[in-house]
Amino acid sequence: MNGIQRLVLILIFSLLTACSEVWNNPYPEEDDGKNILYSSFSERPKHLDPVRSYSSNEYTFIGQIYEPPLQYHYLKRPYELIPLTAEKVPTPVFLDKNHKRLPKNTKREKLAYSVYTIKIKPGIKFQPHPAFARSGSGEFLYHNLTAEQLEMVHTLDDFEKSGFRELTALDYVYQIKRIAQPSLHSPIFGTMSDYIVGLKELSQEIKKAEDELKASGTENTFIDLNQFHLPGIKVIDKYTYQIKIKGLYPQLVYWLAMPFFAPMPEEAIKFYSQPGLKEKNISLNWYPIGTGAYMLSVNNPNRQMVLDKNPNYRKVLYPRWGEEGDEEAGLLRDAGVPMPFIDKVIYNLEKESIPYWNKFLQGYYDTSGVNSDSFDQAIQFSGGGDARLTDTMLEKEIRLSTSIAASVYYMGFNMRDPLVGGLDKKSKKLRQAISIAMDYEEFISIFANGRGVAAQGPIPPGIFGYVSGVEGINPYVYDWIDGSQKRKNIDVAKKLMAEAGYPNGIDKKTGKPLVLNLDITASGPDDKARLNWYRKQFQKIDIQLVIRNTMYNRFQEKMHKGTAQIFIWGWNADYPDPENFLFLLYGPNSKVDVNGENAANYSNPKFDELFDKMKNMPNSRRRQKVIDEMVDIVREDAPWIFGFNPKQYGLYHHWYQNAKPNLMSHNTMQYKRISPQERQRKRNEWNDPILWPVILLIVIFAVGTIPAYMTYRQKEHMASKG
Amino acid sequence: MLSYIFRRALYAIPILIGVNLITFLLFFVVNTPDDMAHMHLGAKRVTPEAVEQWKAERGYDKPLVYNDSAEGSNKFTETIFFENSVKLFMFEFGESDEGRDISYDIGERMWPSLAIALPVFVIGLLANITFALIVAFFRATYVDVWGVFICVVLMSISGLFYIIGGQYLIGKLLHLVPISGFDEGVNSVKFLILPVVISIIAGIGSGTRWYRTIFLEEIGKDYVRTARAKGMPENVVLFKHVLKNGLIPILTGAVVVLPMLFMGSLIMESFFGIPGLGSYTIDAINSQDFAIVRAMVFLGSVLYIIGLILTDISYTLVDPRVRLQ
Repeated sequence: MNGIQRLVLILIFSLLTACSEVWNNPYPEEDDGKNILYSSFSERPKHLDPVRSYSSNEYTFIGQIYEPPLQYHYLKRPYELIPLTAEKVPTPVFLDKNHKRLPKNTKREKLAYSVYTIKIKPGIKFQPHPAFARSGSGEFLYHNLTAEQLEMVHTLDDFEKSGFRELTALDYVYQIKRIAQPSLHSPIFGTMSDYIVGLKELSQEIKKAEDELKASGTENTFIDLNQFHLPGIKVIDKYTYQIKIKGLYPQLVYWLAMPFFAPMPEEAIKFYSQPGLKEKNISLNWYPIGTGAYMLSVNNPNRQMVLDKNPNYRKVLYPRWGEEGDEEAGLLRDAGVPMPFIDKVIYNLEKESIPYWNKFLQGYYDTSGVNSDSFDQAIQFSGGGDARLTDTMLEKEIRLSTSIAASVYYMGFNMRDPLVGGLDKKSKKLRQAISIAMDYEEFISIFANGRGVAAQGPIPPGIFGYVSGVEGINPYVYDWIDGSQKRKNIDVAKKLMAEAGYPNGIDKKTGKPLVLNLDITASGPDDKARLNWYRKQFQKIDIQLVIRNTMYNRFQEKMHKGTAQIFIWGWNADYPDPENFLFLLYGPNSKVDVNGENAANYSNPKFDELFDKMKNMPNSRRRQKVIDEMVDIVREDAPWIFGFNPKQYGLYHHWYQNAKPNLMSHNTMQYKRISPQERQRKRNEWNDPILWPVILLIVIFAVGTIPAYMTYRQKEHMASKG
Repeated sequence: MLSYIFRRALYAIPILIGVNLITFLLFFVVNTPDDMAHMHLGAKRVTPEAVEQWKAERGYDKPLVYNDSAEGSNKFTETIFFENSVKLFMFEFGESDEGRDISYDIGERMWPSLAIALPVFVIGLLANITFALIVAFFRATYVDVWGVFICVVLMSISGLFYIIGGQYLIGKLLHLVPISGFDEGVNSVKFLILPVVISIIAGIGSGTRWYRTIFLEEIGKDYVRTARAKGMPENVVLFKHVLKNGLIPILTGAVVVLPMLFMGSLIMESFFGIPGLGSYTIDAINSQDFAIVRAMVFLGSVLYIIGLILTDISYTLVDPRVRLQ
């Protein structure tokens, strides 16, 4: 056997042996079979500082790290607030203007303050972090970093030592003061300063201190917030603190379940304020420090972010009870078992949906959403219109879960516009007619792959106050026929148009066609079809729709000044309370007057009166009645066309367990469980390398060279002959 | 030559100012500081005061290029353009709007870009030259006809198709390499195979056709006829004489792109999840982060100018008739 033959044999043998291995595994081999969950992020989070962070892609990380005092029950629906680090969900004590305690059933007029006392569980510890590292003599090791020390540091891991300490009430108070720090741009400062006593004044004081610090030219940016007094917050003892708010604001407890109110140790601020760290991108915004089930061990937002189990995490058990059907769905199999179940969560940068989807199908991601690119491959609709998995998905034992998001996308009318606004009969009928013409069922089908339900009012399903079935339909737009809602015939809309003074789309007063304007922000070519669809809907009732496409800034200006006519807007719930949706239509919250979230500038005194009543009521039949009345008013006034509530689709591999969509909780990772051995088995089964096409290609290429070689020989022969 | 390089470097200054000004104007025509503030502060519960403060902290509350309310030269210096541009010339890119150090991120992200661009450049160049020589060698035969036809077909296909098709065929169907991702060190090789192969195939059509033209032009020259008349075999004529002379335009064309290899590929990096400078730029454009966009355009311009100077120098090296004065 000569050398070439031996080489060929070795090559063939290597190829054959390699066939038994997986070649396309994007993860290191040593991680095979480990208890690691794989997920992704498509854009790097902007802020991981809980005082600033306010978007879902950021909460994916910080929700697992930072622990506010309260949380939502993972399984129960409707969503139920339960303690997280607090001993119990606080109930307010009411005070009069002289700070004297009032009985619980005191009339609202007498009530001046509400005080919430929050007692946290003792023994909760922060994750290990260099900010807590101390020398033998008790001095902080890394709070006065020298130039030499800084030179050796590139990531947080470069600090040799770390430490931790117990969580105290002071850490929560520190964070509340940070909400007032102007340079941190906390998005809830505006809302909270209306309630927490002294927060606005504190902000001004801190601003002054920040300006002085800036003027002094010092590089250290540390401002000791403990030096500032905040009258609305009081530390009672090591584990107890109080929040005093102006008047009544029952929704405060929901805010206490958001990372804005998570604890922040002063040591962390001191540590990260040191000059030189920011240049290395080592800041609180990128390296969180919390008490949660996980800690961020790798933070490379350019490539990968890794959550590791927090070694200091206390014993927290999986819930023993859920809602009806949870047991049958296997969601209570881990009842009473200590969490978290997963050792490590790796988030890889995956900017495009197609590679992510393909890797999910290969078993390299454990869960996936369903986007428009993969929708037809994953979902099919039954005759009854129910979404179900395609056979390909079922073969892979993939499970589907759907949930309606606590969000609403709507088309709003500027109620101060002389043509479409106002509460007179004529304008109401015009808006009702447009509401009928805008076929949102069609919109959902064409532009959202059926992922949504047509909204019947401002409150989405899953939120207290939402009513389903025949009682829940919008009677101005729908009829209840044969057990389901049916959009009213377009003739009804045309009749309303005539009654509004626009028969066949002609203004009776002027004799001119009715032209309305839809104000939108600058959009790309992908939006063309959607805009044409809007035009067609308006054309159904003979209205000419002009799309006024402007830049975001100009659009904002129009909204602030109230010069927009019709616009498209949306809202995601901050918390599961109807107040968080109905306040979008509350008169004193108007965009034009106070830059509030009432973008339609809707103002109906009766609605506002009911809102004031409803917002402070506990969930009860009485509250439901008030909400029903409010919803009836807005349905009749029609300041919004109630668009749709998006439906979220989630796909899970069968080795991924305890998955239940929870749109309010942020710390859901600890509940999840995977079976790494089963995943590994499936990965090996699904990813055998297929080599024959490559071999075939080589053979074709080799065969193809034969005539070329012959031509070459012929040419050479002819050349030598002359 | 040194004085020539120095002179070219001085010429670069007004070019860079011009590029910076155009970038600045184009960016701010599309995005106003208010847009940027809203983008960074989020859509919910943003007060006008917060927007104003965000702008003030970054100096975006000043006029764009001319400050009417200032005195003397401050009319030009107390502007967004001036304050943001001067530091660029000292290669101080500052912080992104997210608060990350741009120089640090560029330093981190240029290596993954280079990890793709360098093998694509080297292997692609070799493959293109090889195919072009083969096609030129078999000129006027079926190899030439089919070769040119395949080149035109390859050129006509969108780059995006190569990426999605490559990921589907090689990654998804054949399971030969990971569909996307990146790792450090030797582990990165398995992630680089697919983007490198796709980039080479995507560029082979245009590269081969161009180099074929160069080689055919050389083949028609007198020295080639002389070599053939002397009875030299065709392969010696082609590989010894034609290749050597044909490499002059090829090499000088290749040198100009050398510095640009650091800048990465915009689409390729996005699809393969490679954390390079291409995806960094795309992300910055999407998130309206002017600080990064400005830094990347400036860096691109500087590297391009360096590339042009290197090209001039390379002319003197490969063609002794050329002298820089």
